[in-house]
Amino acid sequence: MIEALEILTNASLWSAVLRIATPLIFGVLGALLCERVGVLNLAIEGIMTMGAMIGWLSVYLGADLWTGLAIAAISGGIIGLLHAFLTVQLSLSQHVSGLGITLFASSLAYFIYRLVVNVGSLPPTIEPFQPIEIPVLSELPFVGEVFFSQMGPTYLAIFCVLLMAYILRRTPLGLAIRMTGENPHAVDAQGLNPIVIRVFAIVVGSALMALGGSFLTTAAFNSFFPEMVQGRGWICIALVIFASWQPGKAFFGAILFSFFDAYQLRLQHVVEDVPYQLFLMAPYVLSILALILVSRRSKVPEALMEPYRRGER
Amino acid sequence: MDTVLEINKISKRFGSLVANDSVSLKLGKGEILALLGENGAGKTTLMNIIYGHYTADSGKINVLGKNLSGGKPREAIEAGIGMVHQHFSLAGNLTVLENVMIGSESLFKRSSDKQFAKDKLLSISEKFGLPVSPGALISSLSVGERQRVEILKALYRNAKILILDEPTAVLARPEAEKLFKTLREMTKEGLSLVFISHKLHEVMSAADRVTVLRGGKVVAERETKKTSKEELAELMVGHQVNRPIRKAQSIGKKVIEASNITVKHKNQIQLDNISFSINEGEILGIVGISGNGQAALGRLVSGIGEPASGKLTFFEAKMNGFTPRDCINSGIGRIPEDRNTEGIIGELNIWENAIIERLHEPSFSKGGFIRKKSARAFANDLIKKFDVRGATSETQARLLSGGNMQKLVLGRALSVSPKLIVANQPTRGLDEGAIAAVHKELLKARSEGVAILLISEELEEAVGLADRLQAIVKGKLSEPITAENADATRLGLMMAGVWDTIDET
Amino acid sequence: MRLERRAYVSTKLVIVAPILAILASLSLSGILIILAGVNPFIAYFEIVKGAFGSKLAITETLTRASPLILTGLAAAVAFRARLWNIGGEGQFYIGALVAAAVGNNLLLGLPVIISMTLIMLSAMIAGAVLLAGPALLRLRFGIDEVVTTLLLNFIIILFVGLMIEGPLKDPFAFGWPQSVPVDRSLRFADLVPSSRLHNGFLISIFAAFSIWIVVTRTVFGLKARATGFTPQAAAFSGISLSKTIMGVALISGALAGLAGAIEVMGVTGYVTTTLSPGFGYAGIVVAMLAALHPGGVIASAIFIASIFVGADAMSRATGVPSFIADVIMSLSLLTMLIAIFFTNYRIRR
Repeated sequence: MIEALEILTNASLWSAVLRIATPLIFGVLGALLCERVGVLNLAIEGIMTMGAMIGWLSVYLGADLWTGLAIAAISGGIIGLLHAFLTVQLSLSQHVSGLGITLFASSLAYFIYRLVVNVGSLPPTIEPFQPIEIPVLSELPFVGEVFFSQMGPTYLAIFCVLLMAYILRRTPLGLAIRMTGENPHAVDAQGLNPIVIRVFAIVVGSALMALGGSFLTTAAFNSFFPEMVQGRGWICIALVIFASWQPGKAFFGAILFSFFDAYQLRLQHVVEDVPYQLFLMAPYVLSILALILVSRRSKVPEALMEPYRRGER
Repeated sequence: MDTVLEINKISKRFGSLVANDSVSLKLGKGEILALLGENGAGKTTLMNIIYGHYTADSGKINVLGKNLSGGKPREAIEAGIGMVHQHFSLAGNLTVLENVMIGSESLFKRSSDKQFAKDKLLSISEKFGLPVSPGALISSLSVGERQRVEILKALYRNAKILILDEPTAVLARPEAEKLFKTLREMTKEGLSLVFISHKLHEVMSAADRVTVLRGGKVVAERETKKTSKEELAELMVGHQVNRPIRKAQSIGKKVIEASNITVKHKNQIQLDNISFSINEGEILGIVGISGNGQAALGRLVSGIGEPASGKLTFFEAKMNGFTPRDCINSGIGRIPEDRNTEGIIGELNIWENAIIERLHEPSFSKGGFIRKKSARAFANDLIKKFDVRGATSETQARLLSGGNMQKLVLGRALSVSPKLIVANQPTRGLDEGAIAAVHKELLKARSEGVAILLISEELEEAVGLADRLQAIVKGKLSEPITAENADATRLGLMMAGVWDTIDET
Repeated sequence: MRLERRAYVSTKLVIVAPILAILASLSLSGILIILAGVNPFIAYFEIVKGAFGSKLAITETLTRASPLILTGLAAAVAFRARLWNIGGEGQFYIGALVAAAVGNNLLLGLPVIISMTLIMLSAMIAGAVLLAGPALLRLRFGIDEVVTTLLLNFIIILFVGLMIEGPLKDPFAFGWPQSVPVDRSLRFADLVPSSRLHNGFLISIFAAFSIWIVVTRTVFGLKARATGFTPQAAAFSGISLSKTIMGVALISGALAGLAGAIEVMGVTGYVTTTLSPGFGYAGIVVAMLAALHPGGVIASAIFIASIFVGADAMSRATGVPSFIADVIMSLSLLTMLIAIFFTNYRIRR
């Protein structure tokens, strides 16, 4: 029992929390942006898988780490374009389209990986991101290790949270995004094009999701293997609801979640008799519980899931 | 007078439906023009074309000397046209200021200038006498307030021409009069207005000129001071209006009685201590402006939603907590308010829709299996008896026109030999022919001893069909008055909530 | 360019749609095969050979199709009522686990048919109960069942792993952990001798026909369709939405659970954490390719099965990664969506 609590005082736990949260932060922000314009993007699991693979593959083939991330983001954006075409242009079922793309993007990722890397051998590795020690601040006790010795992409993730919060609240673009998710007809009536806004948000959101995936292979681990995303995409979808579609809350949701994840990893070493599967189940169970908890008060964007067809009232 | 807006030979078709057929009209500066026509005459389509929601198939639009290429609201806005939509284009979860501002700044701008917008909004609001509170959420506003925001949206974008689509559909008489007074003031500031309406009295009192549309074509243009309601009515419909006439008859025993019923929804009172009763062979008309509780009343008697307090009896037996199934079993025929979302399942075919309320009856199912043959026969019977055109029993229901769909719904309700019919806006969106057919059936049922609860926003319909009338205002019901005592002034007062002067039944 | 809803949908288009979709997906996948340095026509030839080229191949394909028919039915039934059951994978596993547990212990001396039916029934109940949870969450709290069923999949697979390393562990098995087996006497006999095709396949076919009858001829089937199309009107007409949706959930979950039981009773005899190569998710594609038609599910399942069985063989012969099967399958889903769209809408200039 003491050991279980002792873990909480360990700076390495909290440092790990931020690290584990990074892919989730990107994923949640991406899903949030899509849902704010009224589109559910269930392609997230597939996009993160593809982002993971392409990010890793680019570095394996010689690109530097940040370029790898950029390529991953672009690939995510392209997949997002496909989802946008199906759901915004053709107004197909957002559920089925998203799931179909997840299956497609994942299988395509595995296929391409298999073309490059042969079966049987251990997955090849790359040189991953190293933590960036911010001068002076990283020397601080506890806080230094937790906040100022993270990897580049983690800092980027936090920056994205702030950026998205600012854009949504304070800019005309953000207002257009929010209103498209509430009433696209109103947006059209004021001279803007809700279709363009939706496509834009989906593409950017998908790029963010792919960034989250690529973090897994370029920072968290240093190789790619099938099923490595492990349902993080779905957890992000649940987290968006938990965060009431707000970037700030989404960040805290991701942190809270990752805390449980990081904690259970360390708890496993301390508590011996409990089967490890129970620990691994925790994130998914928590997500469902979070959904139930929030179900009462959520202020859903009114036009979420509603297809917009011009000229139809 | 200068012409600010000129429309030249605009045509538009949707599939096989011709919505606008070579329509031309002119609007002068400072003028108020009314566009009059029945439902489906093409008024809203025309205005949507001007504003850019639709693109015309052919024809030209000229605004203040500039030709509009069409199809883009932004173009219309920049040319100085503003539109106040019938179904408001507002986002409930956002504030008044946000709804007004959207689209006015470039999307590439780095920061929204909310202070500037707020100041501009407040100054326009004051200038035109339309008070609003910029920080309020749209969802917290009343209907009248929301309409104000719609108008301010247009004025904020410097509209010189304002198009209003059925602006008083959701307003009570006093509010409507205030609105037109405000609009008249606006013309003195240089604005020109077009408003769409199907209400003759409104057109006569508020507009300078009126253009009448029928079947997508312009059939007449008049100056309002040189015409009359009767002439306009005839122009609108194209022939003498021949609705069936109600004959007096004796009534039987009490069928349904509501005593002090209150209905709440999420702590908001929708029906406030209402009482009414209907006897056999009687039509009770509930009149009122849309949004005063009609939907809740319809739901109550259709078995959806339980009263928080009060008693509802059906033939003296308690009816509280009825489900739709209970209603159907008791012999209550229901015509829902929105046939498309509540009445008919478009993707199913006609016979499936015909029996959908009666699935458990032995004539239509046995041991859980549907008896398709008898279902089809029943449907064919309905089609013949109620003149449902354009379909066989196997046709998909969504292919029916509005009028035929309503006839099917009506036939379905009547086929259970109901003792009570709940008709909620039974002729909404129908053309005159369909309206006459529906009225005929309702009166026939009445003559056969059926009790009918008629909820209608069309005063003419209610007065023509009902034996007694009650007004519904903010969830309360007035005392009933007989049809003989129902004149325009009295009804107007009742619908506005002034009930003290009513002293007899 | 505008999209206009068609007034009526010609039957010709409805039948042609899946064919066009599949052709499109095969063409696009062909590009990937070229990237792998192989001639696509050769690759597709190998796939067809691998799936249908010998008696063994055909029986393999049908064996593979057997669970797909059931998970396809599960998805079709649910989707018709707009219940998005993505938890077929988890329901499959729980059905398999329960079948193994019951089948290992059910030695009451009952006639074999009865015992086997009991095993299948318990698996169906397990699957039904599993989906009932998310269905309730949706009915009560409005929580989207897509997310809950998806998350449950992960939970259940971990749970299965837990059980087969613990209480249900087979003490006599060496190597990877596997569950206690279903008793030999209670497994499906071979439908075709010296092949893996077992009598469970017939159960799948029978299930498809039963569901077809339920959907098209029963009161419940009509209620479920009405609920899926226009829930408000269905409610207005007296249909209890919650009862209908719960009923659909129970049937859908039961079908997926049955898929798991049949796979255990007919193919492996025991449960491992890799028992399903994605049968649950593939079932969704099967259902969509069949346009949610219960009879069409059979054809669609055989098609998907043939792709996977054929791709394995093709991969060994040509070196193209066998993941191409997943690509073809998921692309078929997307092209099918687009094809269905064009049966309902046309482009107008």
